[in-house]
Amino acid sequence: MSKLRTYQTEAIIIKKTKLGEADRILTLYTPHMGKIQGVAKGVRRPRSKLAGHLELLTHSLVSLARGRNLDTITGSQTINSFLPLKSDLDLSAHALYLTELVSQFTVDHLENYPLFQLLLDTLGYLCQSVSKELALRYFELHLLDAVGYRPQLQQCVACHSPLEPVVNSFCPVVGGMLCPGCSQRQPFSYPLSVNTLKVLRFIQNSDFSTANKLKLDAELSQQLETVLRRYLKYLLEREIKSTAWLDSLKRGNHD
Amino acid sequence: MNQGPIFTTEAVSRLIQELNKLPGIGPKSAQRLAYHLLRAPLEEARQLADAILSLKQQTKLCSVCFNVTDTDPCAICRNDQRDRTKLCIVEQPQDILAIAHTGVYHGLYHVLHGAISPTEGVGADDIRVKELLKRLEGSPIQEVILATNTNLEGEQTALYLHRLILPLGIRVTRLACGLPFGTELEYADDVTLTRALEGRQEF
Repeated sequence: MSKLRTYQTEAIIIKKTKLGEADRILTLYTPHMGKIQGVAKGVRRPRSKLAGHLELLTHSLVSLARGRNLDTITGSQTINSFLPLKSDLDLSAHALYLTELVSQFTVDHLENYPLFQLLLDTLGYLCQSVSKELALRYFELHLLDAVGYRPQLQQCVACHSPLEPVVNSFCPVVGGMLCPGCSQRQPFSYPLSVNTLKVLRFIQNSDFSTANKLKLDAELSQQLETVLRRYLKYLLEREIKSTAWLDSLKRGNHD
Repeated sequence: MNQGPIFTTEAVSRLIQELNKLPGIGPKSAQRLAYHLLRAPLEEARQLADAILSLKQQTKLCSVCFNVTDTDPCAICRNDQRDRTKLCIVEQPQDILAIAHTGVYHGLYHVLHGAISPTEGVGADDIRVKELLKRLEGSPIQEVILATNTNLEGEQTALYLHRLILPLGIRVTRLACGLPFGTELEYADDVTLTRALEGRQEF
């Protein structure tokens, strides 16, 4: 079957790199083709009619023409520009973190519709002045689901016994919880308070409107962030770059 | 890069390799340039070589504004005729050329050498933000004009600088973001049009 020379898809722009004098290579996350790349010609010139529709954190309808190596973007129309994300320093930092995770956890041309929908929804939630921390934790846990790394939070991964309401441990290596007995044999595990585990389970099994009813205090929020970041970093085997900026903004806000 | 069988001399292929490292120059362009220089008079080649060497040897960054210069402080920072109460913040030295070309701005500049880009790992400490804040301390500057790019990185940088500079009691302005001259409205994106409407002026 010969493929059509041009095609059209919805996409969220998740990454961009400069190419040549005025072009960019864009990474797009699409509902039915997963992550794809396309060359956007001339978008670094002021009069480019595409540029505004192809900025990071934009949900657009994009037309592409197949090329030998990379496809070329021939047209683009904004569906949702997520303007609040672009006009607020903290929001854009949070939103960029989401796009970095999607970019890192996916391979080109592998459809993952739930992940596309999750990214689109979470960008929308961030625009609605919800708790930014909660939105990130919700996104992280549900992204792990969508890419096949759902952490086991209900029972001990090693001995399969249900977890008692005591301090159990989370272990990135086995991808879930270990009971106190089993965690002794696993050096890379971190104790998790009963409450933190409860909240993780709750977010993992809820939709956003339910999860959003949670009120997280600073300490709990910090614990959730730490445990999930450790797991994500372990899976990616590298630092998530945008966390450095998120943290420096947070420090600045507390000063 | 696999060179294949070598049909040319060491000197030619060395130049091709060097040219190939330049941005936008692929192997074919590099080859074309190398053979052009081979045919060109010796004087022309020497001028090019000289120009490249003096570019590296005779330029430095101005210790005040971080523009590229051959004297320190640079000609703009030394010029008494310029308005010392206004400071225009740009991402890169080339942006100064663009603004200077308009001829309507007569204040001073500050070059950040980059923009905040969290996903590339570029934070505030990687661009000249600390130097900017130090420069503003106790200076006669009354207005800071944020002239970073109007893409997401430039916008984040502007928002961040705004947050830092406002408490100093200095007026912070941002270049207007609207429709570029000579374009058609129907192709404008939502963000640009929204800002253009918000920033509309009495006609």
